[in-house]
Amino acid sequence: MNNFLTRRRFLIGSTLTASTLGLAGCDALVENGNVQSVIKMAESLTLRTQRFLIGDTALAREFSASEISPTFRANGTSMPDGAEYQSLLASRFAQWQLHVGGLVERPASISLAALKAMPARTQITRHDCVEGWSAIGQWTGVPLGDVLRAAGLKKDARYIAFHCADEYEKTLDGSGWYYESIDLVDAFHPQTILAYAMNGRDLEVPHGAPLRLRVERQLGYKQAKYVMRIEAVADLKNLYGGNGGFWEDRGYEWYAGI
Amino acid sequence: MFGSSSTTSGQQTLIRRHSLTVRLSHWLNVLAMTVLLASGLQIFNAHPSLYWGQYGADDDPSVLSLQAFENDGGLKGVTRVGPLSLDTTGVLGVSEVDGEPTARGFPAWITLPSYQDLATGRRWHFFFAWAFVINGLVYLAYGFVSRHFRRDLVPTKAELTLAHLGHEIADHSRLRFPKGEKARHYNALQKITYLVVIFLMLPGMILTGLTMSPGFNAFAPFLLDLFGGRQSARTLHFIFATSLVAFVVVHIAMVLASGVLNNMRSMITGRYAIRTEPSLSKASETAP
Repeated sequence: MNNFLTRRRFLIGSTLTASTLGLAGCDALVENGNVQSVIKMAESLTLRTQRFLIGDTALAREFSASEISPTFRANGTSMPDGAEYQSLLASRFAQWQLHVGGLVERPASISLAALKAMPARTQITRHDCVEGWSAIGQWTGVPLGDVLRAAGLKKDARYIAFHCADEYEKTLDGSGWYYESIDLVDAFHPQTILAYAMNGRDLEVPHGAPLRLRVERQLGYKQAKYVMRIEAVADLKNLYGGNGGFWEDRGYEWYAGI
Repeated sequence: MFGSSSTTSGQQTLIRRHSLTVRLSHWLNVLAMTVLLASGLQIFNAHPSLYWGQYGADDDPSVLSLQAFENDGGLKGVTRVGPLSLDTTGVLGVSEVDGEPTARGFPAWITLPSYQDLATGRRWHFFFAWAFVINGLVYLAYGFVSRHFRRDLVPTKAELTLAHLGHEIADHSRLRFPKGEKARHYNALQKITYLVVIFLMLPGMILTGLTMSPGFNAFAPFLLDLFGGRQSARTLHFIFATSLVAFVVVHIAMVLASGVLNNMRSMITGRYAIRTEPSLSKASETAP
């Protein structure tokens, strides 16, 4: 009996050790570069499968006004602290301009009043954070496709990058500025808009004033806030970390349709 | 594959129970579902609350929530399900990370990776979701084409009578398992359970998962109506996963209780030993 208990204790002890080793083993496997490159292959499979199934123009669901979330959680930066943004905010964005450049025929700088004078689209859609929560809100803005058609994309433009006014992570090399990018399929999708109003009012600072992107078939981190500059590019390698977005440079998928 | 005799040694007959396709897909599924569970709990930990309906976030009422509260200088973990609150410090809500009590939905030992890393959890979840879906489609195609489902899993009319089912439940609860010729086939409780898992729970897992995808919503908006919204789908995904964990616990308990070596051999090599009367073994060789 005594023997049995000792043996039992030994077994329990070795099981605990094995599970601790198992944990460390799993973490080591997760951090292995070769394993990571295999695991990352799922993203392009997901992108290609979803694009094939969804098509380029299928719409995200739009909701009724009664389904709007009572509180829309603001995530990420809620107040950019840069001097330039602060001075723009002080004059309620009267001096703010959206710069459109990169691989375009006619670079432009568009004031908020000029954007509001363009034909607008209003949509009530669901915002899905990568963390798992969702909120429904109403967005009004200019279809991105209209802005891009006015600027005229050059032939080799493949992606549209969005440069933002919030430095999400303070770094010495300036790699912590928020940015995002989408391809031309999403850029010209009818529900992809540059929104300046939310729930019928001017966009508030925590939600990205004066202008944020809405890409309704993707997750929340693609919906760049505080958009200052739009850049048409041939590839994403030359932007910051080279993965096409702030969170993408920190391990998240560039295609956030799931 | 089920029931064709191969070698006979005295009273013990080795039958071929599981085909190669079933064995391979079973073990691939074990791997995929293990990673999916651990990475799924990692993803859940990024926002350890569940809601019902189209939307749901911090200020909306949740149906389940794993929370952490400051309590006399320490951290207290609370699991709240509807109106019920339970102190689950150490396991749910608050558990130790490097010896320190930390606010955390599920504990480190059950998540992949063990530390908080949503991006990695997502990548592993979706990689193994693909493996799980492809494996499942191959298994389904095989099951229909080879008539595995019809032959081995669809209960007979006689098995579906209340008297028969009551008898099986009574036997099972006393851990009395079929012997001899009866052990050649799954019993009715096994058949029904496997059919529910294969045709309800696993597809439910996949469909509720896809309903959380804003991209897939544009392709199949009817799934939002079927499950009652994205947040309902997220809650159902969790409920299906919990039910599957419960199934696996019972499944493993039954494997252990009904002869672990014989069961393991049958799922690895395909061969399963049954005890037959010598006079019956000849006749049984021609049985299906």
